[in-house]
Parts: sequence; structure tokens; C-alpha cells
Amino acid sequence: MHGFRHRPGSRFKPEDNKITLAQLKNGQSGTVVEIQGGRRMVDRLNALSIIPGKKITKTSAMLMRGPVTIEVDRAEVAIGFGMASRVVVKPD
Amino acid sequence: MTKILLMGNPNVGKSALFSRLTGVKAIVSNYPGTTINFTKGYMKLGGETAEVIDAPGTYTLEPTSEAEEIALRLLDSGDIVINVVNAINLERNLYLTLQLLERGIPVVVALNLWDDTKHRGVDINLDKLRELLGVPVITTVAVTGEGVKELVENIHRATSPHHPPGTRDQRWANIGSIIEQVQHIRHRHHTWRERLADASVNSVSGGIIALAILAASFFVIRFIGEGLINYVLDPLFNTLWAPVILKLSQLMGGSGILHDIIIGKLIGGEIDFVQSFGLLTSGLFVPFGMVLPYIISFYFVLGILEDTGYLPRLAVLMDTIMHRLGLHGYAIIPNLLGLGCNVPAILATRILESKRERFIAATLISIAVPCAALQAMIFGLVGARGVGYVAIVYGTLFVVWIILGFILNRTVKGFSPELLIEIPPYRLPPWRTVLQKLWFRTYGFLAEAIPIILGAILVINVLYILGVFDAIANFTAPVVTGLLGLPKEAVTALVIGFLRKDVALGMLAPLALTSEQLVVGSVVLAMLFPCIATFVVMFRELGWLNILKAVGVMIVAALVTGGILNLIL
Repeated sequence: MHGFRHRPGSRFKPEDNKITLAQLKNGQSGTVVEIQGGRRMVDRLNALSIIPGKKITKTSAMLMRGPVTIEVDRAEVAIGFGMASRVVVKPD
Repeated sequence: MTKILLMGNPNVGKSALFSRLTGVKAIVSNYPGTTINFTKGYMKLGGETAEVIDAPGTYTLEPTSEAEEIALRLLDSGDIVINVVNAINLERNLYLTLQLLERGIPVVVALNLWDDTKHRGVDINLDKLRELLGVPVITTVAVTGEGVKELVENIHRATSPHHPPGTRDQRWANIGSIIEQVQHIRHRHHTWRERLADASVNSVSGGIIALAILAASFFVIRFIGEGLINYVLDPLFNTLWAPVILKLSQLMGGSGILHDIIIGKLIGGEIDFVQSFGLLTSGLFVPFGMVLPYIISFYFVLGILEDTGYLPRLAVLMDTIMHRLGLHGYAIIPNLLGLGCNVPAILATRILESKRERFIAATLISIAVPCAALQAMIFGLVGARGVGYVAIVYGTLFVVWIILGFILNRTVKGFSPELLIEIPPYRLPPWRTVLQKLWFRTYGFLAEAIPIILGAILVINVLYILGVFDAIANFTAPVVTGLLGLPKEAVTALVIGFLRKDVALGMLAPLALTSEQLVVGSVVLAMLFPCIATFVVMFRELGWLNILKAVGVMIVAALVTGGILNLIL
């Protein structure tokens, strides 16, 4: 039951056309597929309506593994790089 | 008494609506966290007085932060909820709305920022939305007051339609179907504000914008501060107050214990407002003549930065650097606040999620972030010796801030969570709230600082007369003279720094220090102890054990830095 569980910090390997938010290019849109984090991270993202199925657009990313900025429902949200690496998206 | 709760996401204009409803001055800000201590006010409702509570901004009733926990607790005590909803981000805002409706509390929805919907291409079918939610929905523009009257008239019509409790997925599915029926998005072109918004969270252009904004802020702060000093306060003190004090001095015989306490020592037969050190001379000149101008100019500029929505962008930009210090980008906000006063800065560390971050941020602020009062004195005293010396003081404190943060990040146990914040769109600052906030902060400074400054000067004069300082000076002479290269009398200033940093720096003025000694003295004074007010809030926020650790770090850091400066200058 609990055999398959991503440890926090584990990097997502690209498959089936899915990449992480951190890997999405600036200006590129996509749909959130999965959030590979603990309950707390899922809760925090849910509060900002970043949930599976949601359309997002990456607006910018800071250099040196800095935060990623996305647009979701016409609001801008900045997400730390590590967290962005655990949000799986399917690019358009 | 009916209790009305204002609830809504951060940055939806809740506080602006609150001050429209109650007329009570509440602090309105563009970044979440400032209303964590909720605000209370009163309004007339159908001939009766109702209590209005401005709850902290919250995205959800399943709390993910301390502010959201407070919002949830407040909800239990309310009779009616005014749910303030951002008309631009209806989807996300409705999540909280549905949770409120599930609780069965009477709700009326204020669809705020309604004026923005037109140029952002958002069409909302209000009748359909009212029907689907089952509660009154009133469009408002809190900043201008549009729709507020109608909202008040509809408060008594707040209803609690029967919405069954749902799971997270059910709520989102429900919202999806509501949005499909009521909202239509038109395509439109990007506005200049949005282009600027994008540019300011990009590494290169954002960095340039940040430097330009910080440089401009610094210039404006100095321009207003110096202007007030040169054209208003110096003339007032020198032409109006000095003759009065001289007269009083003559009446009191020009010397004696009482004279020294009230007027201080005459320097060459004249009043020297910095050096005389009496209650009616330095006791008034330090707060009003030297510090107040910079308090006004600093908080004016900070208020504009807050209300335009720039600070969250600075947080994004600083995130990478702040991570090296064991903090995330958002911690830049308490640090910036610390440049005004360390007390609200340390309170603002509550916006950080973990204990570890709060400890690191509070320690860094209390050691390496000089408050406006201290900075005003640094400008006044060190600046008189040349701008280069001021630069050395600031440069040293900045390097200490970085190195100390780096060390704390390596040594303090625990984890630091990652940045996750909403970035509000740029808005032109509403002048009413900027000036209101400026007035509150300035008044807060005067009310807090003046009694302590006068008390400090009284205590200093009495201790001088009793010879207590001589004893302390002799006792600590090896450290002060040997390590820091300062005359042993300087220790009195370092001790008084615990009461007020500005007064303490003023005490270095009569010691005839070299410019280098003044630099060492200023830096050590800035770092050594937090002033008593800061100490009290640190104790409240961190607890005994952690404040002892912080003070230990402080003493070591101050003496090491002072010693190094003494060696190389």
C-alpha cells in the first residue's frame, strides 16, 4: 500500500510528457497533474488553488534555483524552487 | 451586540473595506501578515451598534498558517460574516466562501475590486452567482467606497443556505460548475502594470529594478529627512527654543545638580542640543530634532512600497540569497521593517513558518539591522566626519548580517520551509491609507520613545552624579580600551544603549573621539544589545532560552566585529 511513495526532495523523472514546474519554460502553460509532497505542502498549494487539473502558466523563474512564478486563475504565485520541483505538470 | 466578521483571502481589500465600514483607522497593507493582530471597530446597523472584526486574510478554514488559525478561531465568535471576495480571482476565493456556507453561519458576499473586472476582461453574471450561492452578493470598490452603502443595507439580509459539508475535491468540482455558469473571460492585452510586474520578478531586470527602487528610496528618505531637519526643526530649536533655555539656565544660576539634570552642561556658555544632555535640551532635541524627521521619511517611503505591492516581489528576488541565511525570501520584509524600528520587525517575524526561521530572523534583525532612530544619529554624528565613515558603518553591518546569517544557518537545528506567496498586482498606493499609516507609525514612535528617552537622560544624569558610571568604566576598561580602542568613558554609552540607541550614540559626541573611534563605537553600539523595547518583544516571541542564545551571539559578534574594525581602521 505504502510501497510507492516519493520521499521529499526526490526529483521527478520525466515520462509520459510530464515534467515538473521547475522544468517548465517561461511563458509555457500546462496542467497540474500531481503534487509529490507531504500533506502540509499539498494543503498550502491547495489554499492557492494549485491542485491537480488546474491550468497554470509559468511567468518567470529566478536564476540559481530561485523561486518560480506562475499565473493561476489570474493571480500570480511565487513558489520556492524545491517545491516547484515536486509539482508535476503536463505541458500544453 | 451583533458581531460582524470580515473574512476573505489576503490582498482583497478587506482592511480598506473595514475602515470604510467603521471609520476606525486600521492598518491597510498590500502584503499578508500585517493584520495578524485582528482589528476591531464599531458601526451603526439599523439603529444599533454592531461590532466589526477584521480577521486576518485566509485562503481556507483548514489552517495552513498562524494567521489562518486566528481567523478560524474568530469565526466561532461571529454572528454574521461579510465574505470579501476578489472579483478577479473568483475561483480561488470561492473555496473559502463554500467553506463558510458549509458552516451554516449567515453570509453576505462583498465582491470587491469590481472596478478591475472591466479592464481585466472578467464578466460575472451576478444574478446567477446569487442564485447558486444562495446569499446576497454586493459589488464593491472598497478603496473609493463604491457599493459600501448598499453592502451595509444588505447585512441584515445575510442568509445561511443549506450547503452540505464537502470534501476538498467536491468543493473544487462545485466551484468549477459555478464558474462555468457565472464567469466569462474575454481576451485582452497586457497592461503596462502587468509588464512591469513580470519584469520585476525576473533575475536580471528584477535585480536592476530592485537596485533602482532601493536607491531611490534611500535618496527620498534622506531628502525628506534632511529637508525637515535643515528647514524646519533646526531653525525651530535654534531660533525659538535655544533662547528660552538660555534664559531658564540663567534663572537657575547656570550650574548645579538641578540645572545639570534639566538643562545639562553649557558648552562654551551656549546650549549644545546634542552634547548638553539635559531633559529640556538633548531630551527633546534627540527625539524631535534628529530622529523624528527620519522616522517620518522612512515610514512614508515604506508605506508606499507596501501599498504598491512591491515588497512581495522583492521577497521573490531575494529568495536565493535569503536561503543561504537560513531564511526564505519573505524574511526580507521583517528585515526591512527593522530599518524603521526593530520592535514591529520582530513581531513581523511571525509571518515566517518555522521556529528556526523566526529565531534566525529575530537575531539578525536585533544585531545587524539598525533602526531609524539609530541611523538618524549615525547620519548626524558620523556623517559630520564624512560620508565615507557612514559607508563603513553600513558596509560593516551588512557584512555582519550576511556572515552571521550564514553561520546561524549552519548551526541552528531545524528546517526552513520554502517560499510560497501570492504576488498581488501593482496598484497605485491609496494616499489616504499611506498617510494614515504614516500618522500611526509616527505617533507610535513618539508615544513609545519620548518617555523612554526622557527617562534615559534622567537616569544617566543621576548615575553620573552618583559616580556609578566611573565604577563601570573602570571595571570594563580592559575590554573597551584594549579590544575596541575606545576611551573607557564610552562604556556608559554602550550601557545606555540598552535603553535607547539614539541617546546612547549622542553620548559619544562629547568624548572627542577620532572618526575611526566613532565608527567602532557606532557599530558596536548598533550590535551589542537590543534596546529594552526590542528585548521585551524578543523575549515574548522567542522565550528565555532563545533570547539568552541570541544575546550570547550578540555579545560575541559585537566584540569580534568591533575588535576587527579597531585593528584595520
